[in-house]
Amino acid sequence: MTAASADKLAVEVWRGGATGRFQTFHVARSANQTVLDVVTNIQREQDATLAYRFACRVGMCGSCAMTVNGRPRWTCRTRVAAALASATALRLEPLRNFTVVRDLAVDMRAFFDKWQAAKGHFEPAAQPPDDFAIVPPTSSQRQAADAGIECIGCGICHSACDVVTWNPDYLGPAALNRAWTLVNDVRDQGNAARMDAVSAGSGCHLCHTHMNCTEFCPKGLAPTYAIAGLKRAMVARALGRAP
Amino acid sequence: MTAALFIAQRLSAAVLAFAVAVHLATIIYAARAGMTAADVLARTHGNKAFLILYLVFVVAVAVHAPIGLRNVLREWTAWRGHSLNVALAAFALLLLALGLRAAVAVFVA
Repeated sequence: MTAASADKLAVEVWRGGATGRFQTFHVARSANQTVLDVVTNIQREQDATLAYRFACRVGMCGSCAMTVNGRPRWTCRTRVAAALASATALRLEPLRNFTVVRDLAVDMRAFFDKWQAAKGHFEPAAQPPDDFAIVPPTSSQRQAADAGIECIGCGICHSACDVVTWNPDYLGPAALNRAWTLVNDVRDQGNAARMDAVSAGSGCHLCHTHMNCTEFCPKGLAPTYAIAGLKRAMVARALGRAP
Repeated sequence: MTAALFIAQRLSAAVLAFAVAVHLATIIYAARAGMTAADVLARTHGNKAFLILYLVFVVAVAVHAPIGLRNVLREWTAWRGHSLNVALAAFALLLLALGLRAAVAVFVA
């Protein structure tokens, strides 16, 4: 990597699509500067053709996720100083395991298609229930759902997962985490189809329990445990027990 | 099918954990006691406990290894479908045949 001067940060930015090259920019350092600040500076001050994506800038939307010095991160919530660690330059790449649209922007369609393939949507009964479902906050199912419900679909875990890299058909930690929250939703009526989906050839059993998803999730969720729950449910179902 | 393979691999792993431990302990004991091959065969000859242990060991290997190899091949190569399953079923039968032959051989030796 190209070393930075004392007040300038060297930033190597991926340019292109599936094939391309790194282009080096130099950006002025500032206090508490985030990686997203750096990318925005480059796009507004140096090269308006740089493609990247962001929206909220405060860690709510997840759209600014990129690979920063080899690690998937939300760039809005990553300070340059923390991302650099002992390195002297930033290297910014699009998220791994996604099709690159251009530069730092990736296509999320295949990612969300997997959520649909895992039946990651609420399935109501054919007829509305007679009354509101009572879900005690202390029930084990509610707590299992709570553990994974805050996922915002940023794709960090999907990018961190080696199994997705090896087998692009694998549903991945985000879709399986969502499926597990629904398996534990007592109101949902779609568990038979959902368990069929997550037990099929590209399902939860492919997880190697590397825990990369859990390590990198910016929300502090643990998709690994959600997937382990699905594995247990898959075995229970094979042995004739619900769901 | 997938769930059945998943369960079979984990159950066979549990059996292997026990069988491998006994196998290694036996090897260490025989080596430290300075036993020759003839000494070992003299003890395994007609020993039904050893025969049963190694028959179970071989069956567990024949279940466990092909399922794991199938997973590895599906991750690292583009090989999928019926031909992969047939090839690994053949591999399972090969392991079973060779293993049973060896287990019976030390029993009758």
